[in-house]
Amino acid sequence: MNIVGTSGIELIRLLQTKKMSSSELQEFFLKRIKKYDNQFNAYVTTVEEKKNVSNGQPLFGLPIAIKDNFCTKGVRTTASSKVLNDFIPPYDATVVTKLKKAGCILLGKTNMDAWAHGSSTETSDFGVTKNPHDLTRVPGGSSGGSAAAVCAYLAPLAIGSETAGSIRQPAAWCGLVGLKPTYGRVSRYGVIAMGSSLDCPGSITRTVSDAALLLGILAGHDPYDATSEIISVPDYLSCLKNKEPLTIGVSDEYFDNVQPEVSAKVQEALDVFRKHGHRIKKIKLISPKYAISVYTIIQRAEVSSNLARYDGIRYGNGREYLGQEAKRRIMLGTYTLSHGYYDAYYKKAEIVREVIRADFKRVYKDVDVIIAPTTPMTALKIGEWEKYPFFGEMMDILNEPGAIAGLPAINIPVGLDSNHLPIGMQIIGRHFDEETIVRLAHQYEEETDFFGVTKQILKKYQD
Amino acid sequence: MIMSTYQPIIGLEIHVELNTAAKMFCQCPANYFGKKPNTQTCPVCLGLPGALPVPNRKAIYYAQLIGKALNCRLNQSSKFDRKHYFYPDLPKGYQISQYDEPLCSEGKIEFYGCHTEHLIRRVHIEEDTGKLLHEEEVTLIDFNRSGVPLVEIVTEPDFHSAEEVKMFLEQLQILIRDLEVSDADMEKGSMRLESNISMGSQKSGGKLPDYKVEVKNINSFRFVKQAIEYEIKRQIDLLQKGGSPRQETRGFEEKKGITYSQRTKEEAHDYRYFPEPDIPPIEFDNAHEKKIEELLHARSTFEMRRSLLMQKYKISNQNALIIASDKKKFQFFERCVLVADSRLIARIANIMVNKPHMVKNTAPAAFVKTLTAISEQKHVEGEELVSHIEKILEANEKAVNDYKRGKQNAIMFLVGLVMRELKGQADAQIIRKKIEEKL
Repeated sequence: MNIVGTSGIELIRLLQTKKMSSSELQEFFLKRIKKYDNQFNAYVTTVEEKKNVSNGQPLFGLPIAIKDNFCTKGVRTTASSKVLNDFIPPYDATVVTKLKKAGCILLGKTNMDAWAHGSSTETSDFGVTKNPHDLTRVPGGSSGGSAAAVCAYLAPLAIGSETAGSIRQPAAWCGLVGLKPTYGRVSRYGVIAMGSSLDCPGSITRTVSDAALLLGILAGHDPYDATSEIISVPDYLSCLKNKEPLTIGVSDEYFDNVQPEVSAKVQEALDVFRKHGHRIKKIKLISPKYAISVYTIIQRAEVSSNLARYDGIRYGNGREYLGQEAKRRIMLGTYTLSHGYYDAYYKKAEIVREVIRADFKRVYKDVDVIIAPTTPMTALKIGEWEKYPFFGEMMDILNEPGAIAGLPAINIPVGLDSNHLPIGMQIIGRHFDEETIVRLAHQYEEETDFFGVTKQILKKYQD
Repeated sequence: MIMSTYQPIIGLEIHVELNTAAKMFCQCPANYFGKKPNTQTCPVCLGLPGALPVPNRKAIYYAQLIGKALNCRLNQSSKFDRKHYFYPDLPKGYQISQYDEPLCSEGKIEFYGCHTEHLIRRVHIEEDTGKLLHEEEVTLIDFNRSGVPLVEIVTEPDFHSAEEVKMFLEQLQILIRDLEVSDADMEKGSMRLESNISMGSQKSGGKLPDYKVEVKNINSFRFVKQAIEYEIKRQIDLLQKGGSPRQETRGFEEKKGITYSQRTKEEAHDYRYFPEPDIPPIEFDNAHEKKIEELLHARSTFEMRRSLLMQKYKISNQNALIIASDKKKFQFFERCVLVADSRLIARIANIMVNKPHMVKNTAPAAFVKTLTAISEQKHVEGEELVSHIEKILEANEKAVNDYKRGKQNAIMFLVGLVMRELKGQADAQIIRKKIEEKL
């Protein structure tokens, strides 16, 4: 039985019908990791230990990869920084607890930009991760390890986290489904903090159904996270059947400086939606370029504060182990929070943040979702980032406004460019309305099968 | 002489550790006293990667209770902020505190005996730090105290002597204990004082000087006066020699009774406050404020009890002081009032103060019943009493004559006879007066 490329939902079915055991499945993935991961460097740590799970759990025996900034009890958690080289958490992140309870088996911890500072995994202290579509290119980031692992089927699905783009962008560059839920929908407890007012756990999967399945498990209020909202969680899987016509907003501002090939594919995708009775409405949003400054100031400020605890006194290595990018961010954040500068930077950024929120709110009176390219370009070559000052911010420019506003969004593959690199499109929804973006993405998947983007790549990594 | 030229200006920052069951932002027990080091900890209060704070509601209510008792305004919206500084006992590299939107603002309180009203600038909540234990070779850290809820009470700089400060603190301690939110024990560290001291000159018309000296490490009531008086003298000496005190933080050395420089302005922290993103801002409605008021009335403070006794029950100042000083006495009194005739209230207070043995081991209702019985027995008076007296006088001519001849004892005999006749249901003093009038 060749199961390469099988979705999470289908794997659970195979396990439930005893076509294979959970330990066989785990072994299958561990073997693939051994065979292929020296090419990709998707994992920082793998877990070989076998766990007993019981049939009846919703994710019964399903192996999963988790980004290395989620605390996993007894399993090294580094956030891809040498500061935490030997850090073994004494507790599980709420996301991990929920996955374990649902019957998931942890395959390993995936590589990322150190502390999630970056958009390419190049800031990782454990080496860059390579894009399975082209090994000379980056997978995107910061959840690049999770994306590469799912892309090459070294895990059927993976958990990532996004501050602004860290799920959507690597999903786009690796040709996968990346779901960033609403801020406050999924608990951040146990996720090594980057920008606390923005951080959002989510998933990278091969299908929209898998994303819906995982969100159903992960969503909900957590008493350990005061920012997680008490809002009921719908059955995302059954939402997928809904085909009612929607109004889709498209803003020209989100196509500025976007590669023509990328824009063209997004336009084609809009035609698919039109064909199915959805209405495309032109809207005018504040240019995403304003989000860059707001995002940069707020995120750096929060980073400088969040990294203060890594003093090497109680756990981990000392500050001398921090990399260049972390140091830059700490310095910039410390500066903007300093006496006399707070009003000019942080406070002003918070004001503009409100303006951006209000802008979305205004637009969502007229439209149900907003569609835009996920990234201005497709995957870059390793090392190319050095050409771009504020590389991450530029790559994530189209993700930042939504992230600042805390909106949910999903990336789906809409085709390949002339270099055979995946192109991603994002559907951005209203606060806590993951239902709508997921069902629209699902409809597109049903219609196009993502043009084979997620499947064809596996021909390279077959057995 | 000196004092006429310089006037000390003192503002206080008082930290009170709350006695909630759990810590401020996690579920660890808040009572760390005498516990084995690092046994009352979790990822949150150890500042482990990924851990998040969830505020303890009870601690917030307690802080508001203190604010309300100090007649502060309870702010309808409030938030937490991060205060950054590096110290090994601060595991996150920042303390979660409140910067520009404290729970309570602008209070004032005139404690009994303080003879003046003191202004409260703000009351806010924050978390305590761990504790450093300096051993011979190493310094160890105990995080049991890390995250214990602390209320900070900040006064305006309107104290002018060490004595004033001491009296205020003593009364504040009583208030905190009355509210049952902390044992407010300075020796145990559950109440701590930082005082900002500077010297104003009469010429400047009470304007604040451009420096202040913060004196820390005053760990006992005994040392409050000593530390402040030393510091005042030090500053005056300096000023008289033509010098000017530096803005600095000074510690208090108990053994020598002196203050010593710890940190100067140049080394002052920039705390880089910013809103704590892990905790959403909090909103309070009027119903919530009412709940705090109810809680305050249920727990009550000395000042509240005293004014209630004097204004509502018209109890004398002296009696009110004594009954108000003891919450149990006050509760006993209030329970008595509930079941007693209003004419008995003053007497209840009198007996409680002057004959405390009468109320010892007695339930309020039983006490009132006894008291009522005694007072009801004395209702024979006026015409009726006079007729009884006349009857007795007629029947005891000998005693009447003895009295008229100057035998003073005879009158007591007659009073006794009347009392026996009335089975004690009259006032002996009145009987005596009436007999005297008759004869």
